[in-house]
Amino acid sequence: MKHGKEEKTTVLSFSNPVKSRLGGETITRCYQCGTCASSCPVAKINPQFNPREIIKLSLLGEEAEVISSDAVWLCCSCYNCQERCPQKVEIADVIYALRNIAFEEQHSPDIYLEFASALMNNGRLIPISKFLEKKRPDYGLPPLQPTGVEALKKILSAIGLGGQSQKEEAK
Amino acid sequence: MTSYALFLGCTIPARQPNYESSVRKSLSKLGVELVDLPNMTCCAPPPIESINLESSMSIAAYNICLAEEANLDLVTLCSGCFQSLAKTNAMLKADKHLKAKINSILSHTGKKFEGSKEVKHYLQVLVDDISIKRIRQSISKPLHNLKVAAFYGCHALRPSELLKLDDPEDPRILDDLIEALGAKSVEYQNKLKCCGGLLRGVSDELALDLAREKLVNTSKAGADCITTLCPFCFIALDIGQIQLRSKLNETYDMPVLHYSELLALSLGIDPEELALDTHKIKIDKVIRKVT
Repeated sequence: MKHGKEEKTTVLSFSNPVKSRLGGETITRCYQCGTCASSCPVAKINPQFNPREIIKLSLLGEEAEVISSDAVWLCCSCYNCQERCPQKVEIADVIYALRNIAFEEQHSPDIYLEFASALMNNGRLIPISKFLEKKRPDYGLPPLQPTGVEALKKILSAIGLGGQSQKEEAK
Repeated sequence: MTSYALFLGCTIPARQPNYESSVRKSLSKLGVELVDLPNMTCCAPPPIESINLESSMSIAAYNICLAEEANLDLVTLCSGCFQSLAKTNAMLKADKHLKAKINSILSHTGKKFEGSKEVKHYLQVLVDDISIKRIRQSISKPLHNLKVAAFYGCHALRPSELLKLDDPEDPRILDDLIEALGAKSVEYQNKLKCCGGLLRGVSDELALDLAREKLVNTSKAGADCITTLCPFCFIALDIGQIQLRSKLNETYDMPVLHYSELLALSLGIDPEELALDTHKIKIDKVIRKVT
């Protein structure tokens, strides 16, 4: 019984922080039916990724295993699982919530650091080359409007992410 | 004349003048005005949602605020932008606590999300504002000999509860629009499965595996081309073929065109005006069937 109690404490220690985050709210509705895994195009070709397993490990309190593994980053965000879940677990969004925790704990693939600094510096994920910008009239396209990068910086610093991408740049 | 604020996003102006010019020219010909507003940003799609959902939602809401201030509904070309903006719009309209939370972040930018505008994918503008019937009547070069594989991708359809574009398990909107041009929409296996586009850069091998399946299945079905709604699907399937050739020595030679390019061609817009040199896989055989 003592062992059981300890397990219960562990469960609460990780499902609560996930559940209290934007995107993670529905995680505890999961009853492990596996509809998500059987709808997942990635799970079909790569056994390392299984949405049911990620949710199970999260509910069992295996935070380190979920957050530090590559698996959580292999979701292709197709939302098939979420669309079909009989329990209305917002699985793709739960995976974003888990990625958000992993990012905060510096367990994300390098490309996400590049995304963060591109966003901060240009207000865009993909910079527009001067070459293509100059060619726009040849294609009959109007000039590009200025990007609201200053507003975007204010949003990111209000959330506390402003410093993060600067740190990444310093790397 | 119907007017919309155009949300252009990042990938289209950076990589796909073919997409942008075909939509601008077709919609203008069909009587829809697109207004370019200053100070828009990235829509904050899955790569940013993966970093921080509150940020991505606030950034999406900020861009919707710009359209609200201009008193215009928003139209997107990219399915990624559509999902980010339409999802945020629907969620904030439905949840006043979430709206208050996002508005407190937006107050740093001097904006306030009201929830007074709609976010549409341009396919919805074609069907709802222009209508299939009017498109059918407007085309001067019907694509009678063309077999087209409709590829919906993921982010125009799901999560359907919030996006409400079409039935996520049996959509028709793109098939109907293809047939409005006189072309045949061909069925193929796993039509609704993901292109793998968002895995590029994270796991290139997985991404290419998923793109490959689309190319195998559409080739088997005898399609003359694939048509897409999203710049990421376009990259996955067009540039994906170059990578499949160099990595696996497999050649598909399957032209990939945005729906708007098929529309522009059948509206009689000169191919020379459509930046068709953007395509990595040549689309000459499609052009020959049109002209």
